Amino acid sequence: MATRTIRVDYIARVEGESSLDLRIRNGAVETVRLSIFEPPRFFEALLRGRGYTEVLDIVARICGICPIAYQMSGVHAIEDALGIAVDPAIRALRRLLYCGEWIQSHALHIVMLHAPDFLGYPDAIAMARDHGEAVERALALKKTGNELLRLLGGREIHPINARIGGFYRVPNRAELAPVAEALKGARDRAIDTLLWVAGFPFPECVRDYEFVALRHPDEYPMNEGRIVSSAGLDIAVADYETEFIERQVPYSTALHSVMKQRGVYLVGPMARYALNRDHLPAEIRALAGEVGLEPVCRNPFRSILVRSLEVVYACDEALRLIAAYEPPVRPFVPAEPRAAVGYACTEAPRGILYHQYRLDQDGTILEASLVPPTAQNQGVIEEDLREVATAALDLKEDALQARCEQSIRNHDPCISCAAHFLKLQVHRA
Amino acid sequence: MARRGRPRLAVWKFASCDGCQLSLLDCENELLSVARRLDIAYFAEASRRMRRGPYDLSLVEGSVTTPADAARIQRVRRLSRHLVTIGACATAGGIQALRNFADVREFAAAVYPHPEYVKTLATSTPISAHVPVDFELRGCPIDKGQLLEVIKAFLIGRKPAISRHSVCHECKLRGTVCVMVAHGTPCLGPVTQTGCGAICPAYGRGCYGCFGPAESPNTAAVARQFSSLGMTERDIGRVFRTFNAAAEPFRKEGEAHGD
Repeated sequence: MATRTIRVDYIARVEGESSLDLRIRNGAVETVRLSIFEPPRFFEALLRGRGYTEVLDIVARICGICPIAYQMSGVHAIEDALGIAVDPAIRALRRLLYCGEWIQSHALHIVMLHAPDFLGYPDAIAMARDHGEAVERALALKKTGNELLRLLGGREIHPINARIGGFYRVPNRAELAPVAEALKGARDRAIDTLLWVAGFPFPECVRDYEFVALRHPDEYPMNEGRIVSSAGLDIAVADYETEFIERQVPYSTALHSVMKQRGVYLVGPMARYALNRDHLPAEIRALAGEVGLEPVCRNPFRSILVRSLEVVYACDEALRLIAAYEPPVRPFVPAEPRAAVGYACTEAPRGILYHQYRLDQDGTILEASLVPPTAQNQGVIEEDLREVATAALDLKEDALQARCEQSIRNHDPCISCAAHFLKLQVHRA
Repeated sequence: MARRGRPRLAVWKFASCDGCQLSLLDCENELLSVARRLDIAYFAEASRRMRRGPYDLSLVEGSVTTPADAARIQRVRRLSRHLVTIGACATAGGIQALRNFADVREFAAAVYPHPEYVKTLATSTPISAHVPVDFELRGCPIDKGQLLEVIKAFLIGRKPAISRHSVCHECKLRGTVCVMVAHGTPCLGPVTQTGCGAICPAYGRGCYGCFGPAESPNTAAVARQFSSLGMTERDIGRVFRTFNAAAEPFRKEGEAHGD
């Protein structure tokens, strides 16, 4: 029997740099390893000794694709420690900011990173030669998300406007009007993108995930909620570390997060949708029905549909927030440092992002703990690969390799994660 | 089909957040036209098709923090006719250069249960500490307008028109009231290179230096001003030790203050 080794030397980005090792023996997948060799930058260590007012600028630099997620988990964790409650208008603006990030990050992943897998192109630029309209539509969509980030955050990458207690500067209604106009167009483009994506060929795959996401009593989750799962977990964010643990494996510089009780779990759009579908407006749910998206989607290849649906929702929600917006009386509430511990979890585009900080009495960070979505999804990505490769063993090497890449990109493990360099080696015994 | 004769572009990542490469993808209006003018031969963040060098222009994001990357940058240089660093990591070592002022083994032990699995260098260094660099584009993140200017300049074969003056000039051009003079808000604008658009003061906060030191920065005078505004020595030290902590003028001023 043949032993086949699929070695992907550079999965161009899973939070940076990673590779895949897949060993197949006697017609069965023997080992699967997603190795992250992204050079460690030691954020949790370098945050120690910094002031609490510096945290948001520093943690943004963890990820150029989802800096808002880091700033939002950071701001809520510090405010939790300091006992700060923000004005409702600030809460609304933060949700609006998050909508901008969901739109730009999801649009980027859908069209630039994931769609080429379904249509058989090496990248979106090559795909644009045959699907120019779809690519330009998605780029326009992404641009609207970025416009929202630029207005509320100052710039789209590493925005500067969020601060403990609120914002440095808040917009007035007139400033939001042009973005609202752009969002109306974006909403149509998001629906067209969803319809386009719905026509893709989806490989068969049904996985028995434990979904984990935030759950808020009234709304589709972004900035707050309890941590819940499809297996009945329902905890306050502050209890995260009693249920979840990070483990290190010798072949990876990213820690693996697992549930102490049940091991591997999934975060991200599929989990959010499965656990919070009832909080989507009826119109969005109807749209899901129209494109054949089941209430609980267990096929990871169809995550692109969920992501596309979330873009429509983010456009809708942003329009609703802008329509209801009244500027707050003050841009921020003042903060007084104190010795305390704070926790927060927010829904980054790729799933829950947990932050915990311990401060001393003058607000200096003594300890920081951050768990990004990609660390949480690594286990699922490896399990998916095992299943996907097993089902696709009959494929030729290049097709099998492409299918494995696509499988990794199903979970959007951060931008360049989605485009890679695979070197395939086949050893036959 | 790729047309022959177009200059070949490569985009490389070292230790970084991906944000500066993302700036290229964020050129929503210009991206497809850039792709028509240039043959994007290697850009892992955007394409699974990665072609061998040599390349006419390499954009390098990130700093050197591992033995493997110290070797890889040498290969990248050999393959590249022009090499341009993009962003604070590649140009000054980035936020991860804070390890240069600490013990990296202690850092690793603070983050990883098994620090022995992690291969890392004691310092985070800019690309120019390893190989000759043809141009350094500043910013954390870079400005996409400046990125397009650099790409255009290399296509034509001229020097990029990137200003070296301070953020203060840009505030004046924008008509932003000086936050330090008018509101007593500490601001690194006088010693920070322009290019961002002077965003922070326009939002009512002080510049925090993400584009690195301007030409001939008088950091000591700014530090004295911060002190007179009531900042502690420790806080002044912190201000100079962020995303360009290892850039010489900021490194020196940072070391002059602190606990």
